[in-house]
Amino acid sequence: MHYWLLQNSITIALLLVLAASAWQLSRRETWRIAAREIRHNRLALASFAILALYGGIAVLDSVGWRRPVINPETGDVARHTQTGAVVYDQGASALDALLKPIRGMREKTYSAPFSDRQFSAVTDIGPDGRAQRVRPPLNHPRRHLMGTDRVGMDVFYQGLKSIRTGMIIGLLTTLLAVPFAILFGVCAGYFGGWLDDAAQYLCAVLSSIPTVLFIAAFMIIFGQGLPQLCLAMGIASWTGLYRLLRGETLRLRDADFVQAATATGVPVWRILSRHIVPNLLHIVLITTVLRFSSEVLAEAALTYLGIGVGADTMSWGSMINDARTELTRDPVIWWKLTTAFAFMIGLVLPANIFADAVRDALDPRLRTQ
Amino acid sequence: MTGRLFRQSPLHLMPTMPEPLLAIKDLRVWFPIRKGVLNRVAGHVRAVDGVSLAMAKGETLGLVGESGCGKTTLGRAILGLEHARSGSIRFAGQELNGMAEKEHRLLRRRCQMIFQDPYSSLNPRMTAMDLITEGLAYHGLLAGRSREEAAAELMHEVGLDRDGIFRYPHEFSGGQRQRLSIARALSLQPDFIVCDEPVSALDVSVQAQVINLLLDLRAKHQLSYLFISHDLSVVRLIAQRVAVMYLGHIIECGSCADILDAPLHPYTQALISAVPTPGKDRRQRTVLTGEMPSPAAPPPGCPFHPRCPQAMPICRTTMPAESSIGDHSVRCHLITDNKNTANTSTDGKANGPGYDATPVQQEKT
Repeated sequence: MHYWLLQNSITIALLLVLAASAWQLSRRETWRIAAREIRHNRLALASFAILALYGGIAVLDSVGWRRPVINPETGDVARHTQTGAVVYDQGASALDALLKPIRGMREKTYSAPFSDRQFSAVTDIGPDGRAQRVRPPLNHPRRHLMGTDRVGMDVFYQGLKSIRTGMIIGLLTTLLAVPFAILFGVCAGYFGGWLDDAAQYLCAVLSSIPTVLFIAAFMIIFGQGLPQLCLAMGIASWTGLYRLLRGETLRLRDADFVQAATATGVPVWRILSRHIVPNLLHIVLITTVLRFSSEVLAEAALTYLGIGVGADTMSWGSMINDARTELTRDPVIWWKLTTAFAFMIGLVLPANIFADAVRDALDPRLRTQ
Repeated sequence: MTGRLFRQSPLHLMPTMPEPLLAIKDLRVWFPIRKGVLNRVAGHVRAVDGVSLAMAKGETLGLVGESGCGKTTLGRAILGLEHARSGSIRFAGQELNGMAEKEHRLLRRRCQMIFQDPYSSLNPRMTAMDLITEGLAYHGLLAGRSREEAAAELMHEVGLDRDGIFRYPHEFSGGQRQRLSIARALSLQPDFIVCDEPVSALDVSVQAQVINLLLDLRAKHQLSYLFISHDLSVVRLIAQRVAVMYLGHIIECGSCADILDAPLHPYTQALISAVPTPGKDRRQRTVLTGEMPSPAAPPPGCPFHPRCPQAMPICRTTMPAESSIGDHSVRCHLITDNKNTANTSTDGKANGPGYDATPVQQEKT
């Protein structure tokens, strides 16, 4: 009960924050112009639609509730034998509820996409009493969009369920890494001195540890799981953006327009927020999206190595990990790998295209008027 | 309508006022050179090395010299953009060097700067209105007007279209951008503006327009300009007094006519002879050999002696003291030795005073 309560509250809180910041931004002239610019860009709009679809699925998969267990014989709600309390199941997300028809379509084992028969043949005794190799028909013929896996689970359903994992890894890791990078990069670059030295040494130490080893060590200490993985990847990956931002801030600090603002008596925090950070925005945006993409891909690699999310979390990485053995079979079982890749590219490509459009729209110099 | 923006000047102050608007004394701005793992200071770049000068209200001082001589650093040090190592900068009777940032912010209103490059001096992500009224808003000087009104008044003041306030810098031409830069400097109703080569990045025709604007604004608001330039013909147009800088030192300072028509220092003579003049250009040019020494390792004695065509043994060992003839001051051993002859020389030739010296290296052009 508590688990779902917490998760639902976090999801709703995040959605509210997102809506509030979108509303705030929509009141600003620069962002309103940018939005108008993006509306004229068809590719960006299409990308946004796909991203919104992914986001919607991830949100649906993040809210859930527990349902009372139904006694299959009587059809009544099951109750505790002593206390009489209603017994609840493990709970399922809204997406699970929506996908119930697909989720319930279980087969015995592998079947190819849109096939009406099982992929592997079994030995059967024919009507003439002789043993023969047959491919038995499926329970749900021609209903599996991307086939089924070894235990007969629908692969398309797995791909859909992995969206949430991918989005959380991409977003949470980025949200952890970017504020750190901006804070350290801008402060180190602008103020210099001991602050710069401290940040530089911290960064040098962190980046001298191999990322995979660092994440593996982190996961061994704190256990496998989605939050741990995000934290480990966030810590391991802020240094690249930090370096970029520090260098750019160093350049901007000596730019004439910053000097002019200083000479005008504009306070330091205002110089940072109005003159420096907006001029770093294009770097932050590009790096954020590239990071989002590479984070999604890195999860696949880490799960493949066995140090990603645990086995109980569905992810594209674990799908690819499963495909490792499937690819060695003859004839090859290609649909699980293909599905995982298609879902990943479907997220990463529109994200890159959309970020590119946003960056162009935010840069007054590139605006088409 | 625009008059509301600017406070009226109480009275016209003459350049020979006892308390000048700006008085710099023995100012040094050194940049440390750090080396090695421990970042130890291995030496200093002496960008400004013992500069003294004074400026009256409403006066324009032209600061000339070749690239790297410390002109810009001097201007920036006055605005507090560079940390002065020693010396004093007194502005309107208050010592700026070592002043706390909080107090300095109030004085910053009164000293502003116009930058050389109209492309890098305006934040590309801010509209014209935000750019020119930013300081106003922070010093609480909007006085009941909206930012739009204040911006439109300033735009009009510098000869830009009032409707341009919502445009971004890249939508303006170079000259217009420089006008924006001037509007930003003017917004805080300053007494003193450092103009760091404000026209050298512009076309010649646009240069004239911007110079005229600066002249008009000076007359209207009693502004003092420290006009940094390497273009002597522009300096002649705008400045009443000229200071010549070489390797962090002011080597000659005086009225515009004195410096440009009767220079005393060999370096100033060479500088002025290098200005191309149209028509009957058959005069002798003094061509300096070699380059300006590094300010990180300045030569002993007079900083100009390695290139000076008239260098004497004393120049290699002793920095010449400042000698003044009227309000014309110069730092050169030749002048200290030949004060009387120097005083008589006003022939306007690039070859300077008729003191007895080693022959100048000359070239017929």
